[in-house]
Amino acid sequence: MKKADKFVKNAAGRLVPTIVNGKKVIPFMGVNKYRPTHKGTAPRVPTCIDYPKDCNKIVDSLKEALIKAGLKDGMTISTHHHYRNGDYVANWIFDIAAELGVKDLIWAPSAAFPCHSPIIKHLESGVVHHIEGSLNGPLGDFCSHGKMKGLGYLRSHGGRYRAVADGELHIDIAVLAASAADMMGNANGVLGKHPFGPVSFLRVDSKNADRTIVVTDTLIDFPCYPWEIMGNDVDFVVVVDKIGDPEKIVSGTTRITKSPDRLLIAEYAAKFIEAAGILRDGMNFQAGAGGISLAFTDFVNKVMIEKDIKARSMIGGSTKYLVDMMNNGRTDYIFDGQTFGLEAISSLRDNPKHIPIDVFDSYDFHAKSNLVQMMDVIVLGSTEIDVNFNANCVTHSDGRMLHGIGGFQNCMMAKCTMIAVPSFRDRIPVIKDEVTTLVAPGELVDVIVTERGIAINPRRKDLISATKNSGLPIRDIIDIKKEVDDICGIPTKPKLSDEAVAVVEWVDGTILDTIRKVED
Amino acid sequence: MAKIASAGNYGPKVRSDCRVTIELTNSDGIQIELISKVEKFFGDHIISLTKSELAFFGIDNAKVKIEDRGALDFVIAARIEAALKKADNTISKSYLPEMKEHCKYKTAKDRLRRSRLYLPGGSPKLMLNAGLHGADAIILDLEDSVHPDEKESARLLVRNALRTIDFKGSERMVRINQLPLGFEDIKEIINENVNVVLIPKCESKQQVIDVNTYIKKFKKGKSPVFLMPIIESAKGVMNAYEIATACDNIIALTLGLEDYTADIGVRRSKSEEECFFAKSMVVNAAKAAGVQAIDTVFSDVGDMDGLYENVKQAKAMGFDGKGCIHPRQIKVVHEAFLPTEEELVRAKQIVDAYKTAKKEGKGVVSLGSKMIDPPVVKQAQHILKMAKLGGMIK
Repeated sequence: MKKADKFVKNAAGRLVPTIVNGKKVIPFMGVNKYRPTHKGTAPRVPTCIDYPKDCNKIVDSLKEALIKAGLKDGMTISTHHHYRNGDYVANWIFDIAAELGVKDLIWAPSAAFPCHSPIIKHLESGVVHHIEGSLNGPLGDFCSHGKMKGLGYLRSHGGRYRAVADGELHIDIAVLAASAADMMGNANGVLGKHPFGPVSFLRVDSKNADRTIVVTDTLIDFPCYPWEIMGNDVDFVVVVDKIGDPEKIVSGTTRITKSPDRLLIAEYAAKFIEAAGILRDGMNFQAGAGGISLAFTDFVNKVMIEKDIKARSMIGGSTKYLVDMMNNGRTDYIFDGQTFGLEAISSLRDNPKHIPIDVFDSYDFHAKSNLVQMMDVIVLGSTEIDVNFNANCVTHSDGRMLHGIGGFQNCMMAKCTMIAVPSFRDRIPVIKDEVTTLVAPGELVDVIVTERGIAINPRRKDLISATKNSGLPIRDIIDIKKEVDDICGIPTKPKLSDEAVAVVEWVDGTILDTIRKVED
Repeated sequence: MAKIASAGNYGPKVRSDCRVTIELTNSDGIQIELISKVEKFFGDHIISLTKSELAFFGIDNAKVKIEDRGALDFVIAARIEAALKKADNTISKSYLPEMKEHCKYKTAKDRLRRSRLYLPGGSPKLMLNAGLHGADAIILDLEDSVHPDEKESARLLVRNALRTIDFKGSERMVRINQLPLGFEDIKEIINENVNVVLIPKCESKQQVIDVNTYIKKFKKGKSPVFLMPIIESAKGVMNAYEIATACDNIIALTLGLEDYTADIGVRRSKSEEECFFAKSMVVNAAKAAGVQAIDTVFSDVGDMDGLYENVKQAKAMGFDGKGCIHPRQIKVVHEAFLPTEEELVRAKQIVDAYKTAKKEGKGVVSLGSKMIDPPVVKQAQHILKMAKLGGMIK
């Protein structure tokens, strides 16, 4: 079986396969052009009499649970990434699979982190065939070098949810780490010894997988409430000493940047939304946890205090900063799909206005409404952008896949999507003629903010006229690019092989771009 | 004669810099080893830059190692030149990058100097985007921020930076070392469109005259080079007026309180009350000499409220500007120098009265029953200018 076959040029002008890992896929047809007509798949129908009468589904070990769940060659196993770089559970699964001699598994995490690099040996030995989800760090690098048996399949957070719900990605076994659970399998991430926040990323798996295993390090007496994961969806409960290291949830990126250039970018972004009239009472916005996004939120907060403005809602990843803002009356609600730090976790647990959200509510393109559509502004980072406002967030300019795709594509649905990036990094220009990998089509990127100026997408005539006399450094993207090229010099284009190593799926399930093998 | 030498910085935390090690050999031609995080993008380019620079200096045989952390061409060129000159001190030529058009702007004697951002002369990373932060001036520092072993390397880097980086209209200042090392600095940088030379640890009129004589000796062309003596000792404070009037191209007098407090044997406090005399002397001497008075730096970069209060106080004492050691301080300094509403209203009245008098051909300006003297009009115009710059008026 060829990893990728029958390539065609899609609507974005990218050469993409129509067969991936032996399955037929649809090439990207343009933004909002593809409407599936089929019905979503329904889960396997269970019967309660097949389960213990006392509802106690505790088994002795993860190994026993996996065996009882029928782990066998070729299955798709899913995990979530709420423990981020501190997760233990995913590594255990594939160690067990290797011990049992199982082969060709597909791992479908909501995201992978450097802590998952032990899985590389299982990719090498054939225990794991390929990964579908969000790849970064050492695993991304491994895949970039064409060493994965199958083709990597990058799906946004919302795209993953959709794929699980509509049957494109069938999960055989979902293994769900929970910081607290009861014997029935009711579970959450806010109680217990090592809480991490909402379990939003794998709720869809618990509803649709053939088998769901809850792994916890804090077993509590029935009922474990809130039951974000419902015991009725769970097959087995496993109790272990520790499911992950919560200290590694908060990484260096979840602090306000100290770099003067990045602070300037954040300040420009905040001033831009003020000038454009977006920053006003009742606004809704996504305030990410990355360095620039966090600084942006901090600047927005200052303006809010000065002008006595209150937002209606903010979407996390929530941090201490967001919680402080809510407690100081700068927003009515926080919606949270991912939590960073103990202050945010306690707020989520104790404050009814700090609401856990499901990926379905916020990001799923095939939901009947989408929270991001209501967002007045979202600020994102990027590895590369180009003069047509196309954006890349997964590969570096050398073609290596080092960053997770995350919810990047899903955020493009906001009313104003801003990408805030330095115009060059280590003499490598961030603004290109054409992005190495297309992750978000330019027509959906509204504003690019750099330390050298702000470029507004020509399609957004409303934003252009609203900010015309703002005194902000609003410039043509080509003009900024010229300045940067003059500073850095024109880089040589790295040679990439024709061999495909991964594909990027668009939010609607079509194939947007192909990632090529890196030659060293 | 050292045959092997290196210049520049390399390490996991270093950005936009490189370390160049050169061993001059007698045979085997030029051998270049490049370790670079941008090798895929600029590897060939860096190798060819290195070759042409070595050819320029007439080097036929050498082992060159470049450990690069994303340095730009002007940085690499300066590091190569510095390593070469360390390895062979008979080399005297200069390898000059092209002087960019955006480096050629002029300055004026009485321009605003509210903020001036210090940039360590050995750290290219901090220089590259320094112009984006809107400081009235940037200071490329060759003195206290540069380690004694790195003086020559920093001097070449600063020279190249002055020819390359767009400081976006910020006045281009260089702080030279104390004499006699300062003379070497002048020779190297004075023809690179330096707007202002800062003279450290000034204690006498003669020091300023010596520097100025040396500048005149080496300076080509007619564009002026202004001087800003820094008073940093008890003796300097006592001689402030003679220093401020030493030459006619002095534009400001400034103060360095770290050295001053050490000199008078006290610890520098947050309120700086132990420096009250020195500050008053500098302001008074500057104003008597008809030049600007610029206050010292505020060292706690995390304390923006403290900075704001400190600058308000400096402004109340008669200072026209403040030193900055972090770009985020610039905005706060500019805000603190903004006139109060009350000052603004009065300044508007005075300038309006002046305009009316001028239109009516009257020699005397009056506001109500009061006569307004020309210096008061000038001061009012200055207040309006500050207000306009700060966005208080259009």
